[in-house]
Amino acid sequence: MATDPFPRSNPTSSRLLNSLHRVASVWGTVVVHGISTLGDISLFAFQMFGWMIRARPKRETLMPNFYAVGVLSLPVVALTGTFIGMVLAIQSYHQFKNIGLETRLGAVINMSLVRELGPVLAATMLAGRVGSAMAAVLGTMRVTEQIDALVSMGANPIHYLVVPRFLACVLLIPALTVMADFMGIVGGYFYSVIVLGIDHAQYLRNSREFVGGFDLFTGVFKSVFFGATIAIVSCYRGFNCQAGAEGVGRAATAAFVQSFVMILALDIVLNIFLDTVYFTIWPTGAKLF
Amino acid sequence: MDETILSQITANSPPATRPILETRGMSLQFGRQVILKELSINFNKGETVAIIGESGCGKTMFLKTLVGLLSPTSGSVIFDNNDIQKLNDRDMTALRRRFGFVFQNAALFDSMTISENIGFPLRQHGVPKGKLASNLISERLAEVGLPNSVLTKRPSQLSGGMRKRVGLARALILEPDLLLYDEPTTGLDPIMSDVINELMMRTRKRYPVTSIFVTHDMHSARKVADRIIMLYPYSRLESGESQILFDGPPKLLDSTRDRRVKQFVNGEAGERLMEMLASRGKGHPDTLNLVNPSPFDGKDEE
Repeated sequence: MATDPFPRSNPTSSRLLNSLHRVASVWGTVVVHGISTLGDISLFAFQMFGWMIRARPKRETLMPNFYAVGVLSLPVVALTGTFIGMVLAIQSYHQFKNIGLETRLGAVINMSLVRELGPVLAATMLAGRVGSAMAAVLGTMRVTEQIDALVSMGANPIHYLVVPRFLACVLLIPALTVMADFMGIVGGYFYSVIVLGIDHAQYLRNSREFVGGFDLFTGVFKSVFFGATIAIVSCYRGFNCQAGAEGVGRAATAAFVQSFVMILALDIVLNIFLDTVYFTIWPTGAKLF
Repeated sequence: MDETILSQITANSPPATRPILETRGMSLQFGRQVILKELSINFNKGETVAIIGESGCGKTMFLKTLVGLLSPTSGSVIFDNNDIQKLNDRDMTALRRRFGFVFQNAALFDSMTISENIGFPLRQHGVPKGKLASNLISERLAEVGLPNSVLTKRPSQLSGGMRKRVGLARALILEPDLLLYDEPTTGLDPIMSDVINELMMRTRKRYPVTSIFVTHDMHSARKVADRIIMLYPYSRLESGESQILFDGPPKLLDSTRDRRVKQFVNGEAGERLMEMLASRGKGHPDTLNLVNPSPFDGKDEE
């Protein structure tokens, strides 16, 4: 019997190939889009750094942003810090009591706060409160042609709108982080010592012994990068907002979600970097101060 | 363009003056979508030109390309012998001092008072300052017929017509050489539309400004413009046709033989409705529910 010179492909394998092709196509699009967005954000950031060097921002643009980022965010950051300190005390107390180490709670709470929770929480609150607002305001300005109006009158929108927001986030987030740390420490102390009755002197002694200046520095150092990320991502989202109310809403949501994901990703990278630095300088794990 | 009209334009046109602004083979494209194709138009000093055409033909894009808010894909825009694409940032900023732009919805800055909005170009270009600047702001506000009491208000506290007038005052504050209006009468009642028309005419008399305005309002175009240019969507042109269907004084509009110009000027749907329905596979217009159209109808018209 003569063999078919063009054998038909197996329908099952053809379907499988089609499915694979679809999956590869979808993921390929996602990856290309992701890389393209990252490139756009990088270019946007470079332009902003360029304008920071070329021209000093005007006081009239700086002050409202400093007020919105610093002053108006302070209460919510302080409140969140206080609650987190108290929650940490509640969550850790029974585990530590079972092994008879409840007086070490101060060390655990304060270490967690100044190294990790204080900066991450302050940044999260900033991304939610300020980042979304930045994206919404800039998005509305884009949609209503206010950004075009700025350009038409000879103002550079990156210099006029982005640089002040970036400076406000970068310069004020360390202060907000310190505030979150402080209020967390106060909340943790209040719940541990006043409510749970842990010995006041031992709580403070353990805190002093285990939490050092480098831990505080770690948190503040990381917060600067978090602030920069929030400002760049939020402003980029606002500038690239799609038309209409839905576009503005999407920009605000994307600004928060992407800032938050980037904060957590940066947190890992910066922790690895800071640990490496710490153990390079103090191989035995000695304290800085 | 119609040959008869061309000959009439040649016969009626004033002695040639040096164009202050010209586009040379200017094209604008986003991805594969061609918006403007090889437009070469001269705008003479002191003339008022209306750009008309149906939604989506690229009128606003054209206006924005003229002042460098959009970059042409090819060709060039020459303003007073300067190719604006070739200017560096500093020179372009200096040149922008000579442009005024009245945006469709005024585009006033929400975070500023009316006084700060009008004075923004002064602060941006550093001239003049203090009392002199305040006087200039009040003067411009008076020119557009608004009282000083609005100076401390925010844009959200003003009506649409007042916002447009503030937009005009802001555009005029530096006494520009080129004034562009994007649909200045859209969304206004007939009286307020006429107020804006009168203001545009008064502005032309008061300042030696070249004005270009985009409009759908034929009454406004006929009343204010010295010359009307009608653009047509590139996607619907026949091969080899120019996007400029009409370029001439308003009085020649009625004698045009181009069916598309006539339809636009007279506000007739003509075969466009049939074309639209055919392209969407919705059958004969008689079967279409025009009283309760689908929310998606007309979405791609802009």
